[in-house]
Amino acid sequence: MDQLFNRKYIIQGLFVLIAIILLGKLFYMQVISDKYFLSANNNALRKIYTYPARGVILDRNNKVLAQNQPTYDLLVTPNQVKPFDTLSLCNIIGIDMIEFRKKFQKAIVQSRYQESIFQKLISVETYASLQEKMFNYRGFSVRKRTIRYYPDSIASQFLGYMREVTPKDIEKHAGYYKSGDYIGKSGIEREYEPVLRGTKGVTNMLYNAHNVAQGSYANGKLDSLAVSGDQLTSTIDSRIQKLGEQLLANKVGSIVAIEPSTGEILAFVSSPGYDPNKLVGNSFSPNYREIFANPNRPFVVRPIQGGYSPGSAFKPLDALIALSEGVVDPNTTFNCPGYYIAGNRKFKCEHVDGNISLRRGIARSCNTYFYNIFAKLMTKNGGSYAKQHSTYEAWQNMVRKFGIGDTLGIDFPGEKAYKLFRAADYDKLHRSKYWGNTSIMSVAIGQGEINTTPLQIANIMAIIANRGYYLKPHVVKAIGNGKGIDPRFKEKHFVGIDARFFEPVIDGMQDAVNQSWGTATESRLQNIIMCGKTGTVQNSRGKNHSVFIGFAPRDNPKIAIAVIVENGGYGGAYAAPIASYITEKYLTDSLSGRRINGSTIEMYKEANLLPVFVTKPLVKPLNTPDSLKKTDSLKKALPLKTKVAQNQFNKLAIKPKVNATSK
Amino acid sequence: MQHQSNRFFFNVDWITILIYIALCAIGVANIYSTEYNPDKAAAFSLGSSYGKQLIFAGTGLILGLSILLFDAKFFSVFAPVIYGVTIFLLLVVLVVGRNVGGNQAWIPIGSFRLQPSEFAKFGTALLLARYISSFNVKLNSLKPILISGAIIILPMALIMLQPDAGSMLVFLSFMFPLYREGLPGNLLIIFWGAVLLFILNLFLSPFILISSILLIGGLFIYNNRKRQQKIISIGVITLIAIAYLFVAKFLFNNVLQPHQRTRIELILGLAKDNKGAGYNVIQAKIAIGSGQFTGRGFLQGTQTKLKYVPAQSTDFIFSTVGEEWGFVGCFVVIGLYSFLLLRIVNIAERQRSSFSRIYGYCIACILFFHVFINIGMAIGLMPVIGIPLPFISYGGSSLWSFSILLFIFLKLDSNRMGFI
Repeated sequence: MDQLFNRKYIIQGLFVLIAIILLGKLFYMQVISDKYFLSANNNALRKIYTYPARGVILDRNNKVLAQNQPTYDLLVTPNQVKPFDTLSLCNIIGIDMIEFRKKFQKAIVQSRYQESIFQKLISVETYASLQEKMFNYRGFSVRKRTIRYYPDSIASQFLGYMREVTPKDIEKHAGYYKSGDYIGKSGIEREYEPVLRGTKGVTNMLYNAHNVAQGSYANGKLDSLAVSGDQLTSTIDSRIQKLGEQLLANKVGSIVAIEPSTGEILAFVSSPGYDPNKLVGNSFSPNYREIFANPNRPFVVRPIQGGYSPGSAFKPLDALIALSEGVVDPNTTFNCPGYYIAGNRKFKCEHVDGNISLRRGIARSCNTYFYNIFAKLMTKNGGSYAKQHSTYEAWQNMVRKFGIGDTLGIDFPGEKAYKLFRAADYDKLHRSKYWGNTSIMSVAIGQGEINTTPLQIANIMAIIANRGYYLKPHVVKAIGNGKGIDPRFKEKHFVGIDARFFEPVIDGMQDAVNQSWGTATESRLQNIIMCGKTGTVQNSRGKNHSVFIGFAPRDNPKIAIAVIVENGGYGGAYAAPIASYITEKYLTDSLSGRRINGSTIEMYKEANLLPVFVTKPLVKPLNTPDSLKKTDSLKKALPLKTKVAQNQFNKLAIKPKVNATSK
Repeated sequence: MQHQSNRFFFNVDWITILIYIALCAIGVANIYSTEYNPDKAAAFSLGSSYGKQLIFAGTGLILGLSILLFDAKFFSVFAPVIYGVTIFLLLVVLVVGRNVGGNQAWIPIGSFRLQPSEFAKFGTALLLARYISSFNVKLNSLKPILISGAIIILPMALIMLQPDAGSMLVFLSFMFPLYREGLPGNLLIIFWGAVLLFILNLFLSPFILISSILLIGGLFIYNNRKRQQKIISIGVITLIAIAYLFVAKFLFNNVLQPHQRTRIELILGLAKDNKGAGYNVIQAKIAIGSGQFTGRGFLQGTQTKLKYVPAQSTDFIFSTVGEEWGFVGCFVVIGLYSFLLLRIVNIAERQRSSFSRIYGYCIACILFFHVFINIGMAIGLMPVIGIPLPFISYGGSSLWSFSILLFIFLKLDSNRMGFI
């Protein structure tokens, strides 16, 4: 019996062991793993969203740039659909029966019991006729949402476009977006997405096992109403934005205008552009492909992504640093025999001016003058390589203060940083430390190892207009009702050059426009003293780029501007007059007729400077030996040839007034 | 007589009764929760499941307390009669039974339905206790083992005709009282070995299984190569094992119902079916798992309230406990059961009469089997065989039969000082 008595422990042990096993499994299911908790919410809890109105985008004068228009999605819950007249539905929404079946099958695959989108973005007109017959279509329902409408069809790259979220977006924004939602993908729509989108309204609905709604979860304590997006007041002036886009029509280029006292961007033109209304609604995909395929690449936001040598537009900055460093004074003259000898190299200056002063040097864009200045700057601490090395390093640091060599930090996505060479970079380039001013002389006239965006050179103009400081350029003035902008846009950034050094340079820039010997006389305005500087940027791929930078009026400037017209030739040919029209429109809200060379605004609008792309077939016949070579097919397919449209206007406008390679 | 009666009540194990009441209360509360609808929050209603369950619990308690008034000798004396009545009822149900959910397990009596298989448990327990406790019965010889086996197998066979596999399997728990009373451990090993072989038979190919059985048999023979007697018996066992494989396969494919086969296959991971037979378990697991540590709170469960879990108030009542009370609630419930089981075993061991002891072990093991299988199936450890969670699941027959089982034992215990 004793032995049998022990068996009670075995049985009790079994009871305890099983209890521990059950509790262990329960502990795993309930406490360690959250798989079941998530499945439970998936099972029963469904969030029903209401979409808020997206914030409207205004220009600086409260003119609407982007607004909303209603559109409708047709939704279907497959298990609730009863047999009906499918043909009538097809006719209303404009699809055929084959497509109908395909879409219905797709909805079934997604879920028989849950709503899914059957037809997206139905127009208001279609919705009107659909609405009358909806009662016939059981299982179908309509959800209202809004899409963008751009009343003026301007500022496409500036505003940006919206498209359906990708799985990546959904992941990145941690739960806010659901498949089928829209998100700003570029421009302001992207940068200010969190402000513009508002907040979706949520109703947490409970569904039972038969997919019948059972009311809201926790008595609606977790539900919320949709909150509309904030209205955004941009800094753009739609009048000059529109004018700028017209002037750059059929040209590749860009215009940036800044209000110097605030850093607000007044115009942000990137050409070629596109009609922003094309990237809205159902025609998004074909239009997107078409725009994407354009060889002039309308999606490039040239004001902040285009990299150009500043060319002669760099000269005022040269002069400022030289004055500030004391290597020249306003009365210093140099002799220009039409060239400049640096070491054993001869740099051309296309006009012979004899003895020339700073003021006239700027107005005439005399290369020799600035080669001399640069040589003096680089050798001011001694001519040895080592000395020049450290002097250059100090010089480029001063240039950097003007916002070159890095991004400016604009509130806009995609700003590119172009490199400004440090001394060490030249060491690498020359594979030694033995280089001096003669090796890098082209930097003196803004060529060579120096690249800037149009925004950066416009900002240099703002600095000069402000006599020594800038505020970070930005595109938004106000968010919502009275909500201010980021305080970083209210800080003054001083460039470290005393205000008194600016006047002699500005004198030169005034003369460039307003004296007969100036290079930018095409931008002369009546009653307004415009100061400016032309640039003609050498371009290895074709005709020179036409550049103009300037500001107006001279005292208490209201606008600083940079215009780049690719393949436009001399600065005075296109960029200078275009800048003057924009400035005039902005300052006086009117446009006077002809410029000094007799050209009219229509001539500039009509001029076609687009590069001509000769497309060859991508695939060559197999029997030609060429097809066996592995050449870069893309390069071959798109040989770049520029051709200036042959019209009367060209003969008129591109008449070199003064001989200069870089003026 | 008066004096004695008072002593009976005094001797009753009140701790067990308190646990019993606690479990019944948990049952009523959770059944209330499965029915609760915030929009139609009506006052107490006898028409609802929880109202009925409350009545079952009350009558169960009255039934139990009135059992305490019986003479203790009654149960051992009338054990064969009670057993006979329950067997008779099992026969009756096959003739007049109402078919519910594929099982002909219910005898309609007025508005109630009686489930004889529930009552067969204590009939069998009583007769088994009576037989084994009788003079000169020792469970180490063949005849008593066969007779005990017959007492158990008769109701099993009748229940299998309904067919109600779940209730039938409960009778396997009588193995443990037999073991306690001296059934050779080898028999248990052989039995569970057979179960294991049955399961492995579904997993592995017959070739692997047969060769490994032959290999093991060969090793044993090699070890005992000097003892001829052993070699013969090992050889016979090996051959029986191999023959068993084929019989088991035949039983699985031809005797088990298709839905029972799929349930076994599901639990073994041989089949995957989220919408069909596997749906119950998946939904029950989701409900229980979503309770997390402290649960969603009383009446706050979404899975169980929105009818995601089938058989919510009966076989899967534990999913409500898990969802609304979380791990803490599960711990309390399993703790209460464990305490109750250990308490019953300890009370059984203090009995002088072996009838009381054997009977105590019988009910402990029946309860244990129910709890283990029911909770195990709700959390996916056991195949889904529809047996209720004692005292908590909705249902009059099961609650009454468990009450009677328990209170007979309490009566026997209260009389432990007397002789039967």
